[in-house]
Amino acid sequence: MSSDTKKALFGPVIDNNPIALQVLGVCSALAVTSSMANAMVMTIAVMLVTAFSNLFISLIRNQIPSSVRIIVQMAIIASLVIVVDQVLKAFSYALSQELSVFIGLIITNCIVMGRAEAFAMKEKPGISFIDGIGNGLGYGAVLLVVAFFRELFAFGEVFGFEVFKLVQNGGWYQGNGLLVLPFSSFFIIGLIIWAIRQYKPEQVEKD
Amino acid sequence: MSDSKTSKKKETFGSTLIFVFIICLVCAALVSISAVSLKPLQQANKLLDKQTKILEASGLLKSAGVSLDSESIVVTYNKFVVAKMIDLDSGAIIEGDVNAFDERAESRNLANSIKPKNDMAGINRRANSAVIYLVNNEQGQLDTIVLPIVGSGLWDLMHGFVGMNADLNTVKSVVYSADFKETPGLGAEVLNPRWKALWPGKKIFNNAGEVKIQLVKGGAKQDDVHGVDALSGATLTSNGVTRTLHFWFGDEGYGPFITKFRATAGGLK
Repeated sequence: MSSDTKKALFGPVIDNNPIALQVLGVCSALAVTSSMANAMVMTIAVMLVTAFSNLFISLIRNQIPSSVRIIVQMAIIASLVIVVDQVLKAFSYALSQELSVFIGLIITNCIVMGRAEAFAMKEKPGISFIDGIGNGLGYGAVLLVVAFFRELFAFGEVFGFEVFKLVQNGGWYQGNGLLVLPFSSFFIIGLIIWAIRQYKPEQVEKD
Repeated sequence: MSDSKTSKKKETFGSTLIFVFIICLVCAALVSISAVSLKPLQQANKLLDKQTKILEASGLLKSAGVSLDSESIVVTYNKFVVAKMIDLDSGAIIEGDVNAFDERAESRNLANSIKPKNDMAGINRRANSAVIYLVNNEQGQLDTIVLPIVGSGLWDLMHGFVGMNADLNTVKSVVYSADFKETPGLGAEVLNPRWKALWPGKKIFNNAGEVKIQLVKGGAKQDDVHGVDALSGATLTSNGVTRTLHFWFGDEGYGPFITKFRATAGGLK
């Protein structure tokens, strides 16, 4: 693997994380992180959409008239999102019932659009595709960490498996009501950003 | 190839229009192909989900404590469940395509629905007809009647099924579909098996025939046959469930059907 590929694939996980550094896609990171299964499916969906929208946009980057480039990107992204939603409905009905609203909102996820505009419009298709996968990984890494803490402390579960037995199920653990609610993710995302910037001080913004 | 030169050259109004047109065609084709080719699978999923819920409501979903797989759900459903369409106002069983019936579409169709006079459930419009499910036991006798219900929770409508014993008074189960918007951990606890286990044996009506079933905040008394514990931290969802049941077992819901059914099927208690 060349160093460019590596940078495109793993760079977004810590060095240039779309949520933690670029602060994009936070909205969906709040909404779908109440369980790890949801976060996982959302990650895969965003990864696929970002990768393929990058690929297609990069393929036609020299043909796109710059006056309408944003709307062309949107058309491609929206079509891909619909396809993902349809596939999910066909193959994982239970999850699609829970996630359908949020899958639709991938269209407005700034990460997808951001990568199309910032990367795919300039780079070759292969590396653009990998960049999409990489940003999906970075997005997913944050989502899964947030979902891990929320699901564990709110519901006493990890990936749906019981870790702490909840009081309402006859156990001892009183679920944390705050972490049930989406906005609690702000705290966890904030802590993640702090942790990354402790480890990589160069990410700290200068005043 | 120099990008800047070519990009300047192609920036004419006509070429832009053609480009956008082609992109739209390709995207539309992509979306249509995926929608059409996946439709059979999606409909099968939807049907299976509904059949699963109906079997769960009638207590047939588990055999020997193990949940059925998708194949045996279809087999069990076809063996025991008979769907009937009823006219809600008269309570009579009517002819109709039970498989094509879609409550959500029907209640939006102004010709086939009414605005309830007392819209306790907050549904805005109610379809004129409904599909109910008669579930037989191994001996071919009527064992459970599964009635679909819908009503507002905290955030949005909640769809579900009530499984009733053949006396149409004793509850067997209340099963909600997971496609609601209730808050996880609070209102969404209507899916919690421990809460669902509180329902069997509860009576909808008192001796005078009034709808008395309700969720009780702080917990129902032990001997209260009409009371079920409310969901803690989810008062509005709990009220929604109570009102939904009051609406659907009232005169504008299944009331006429229940009266008629009891009168005609006198052999059943």
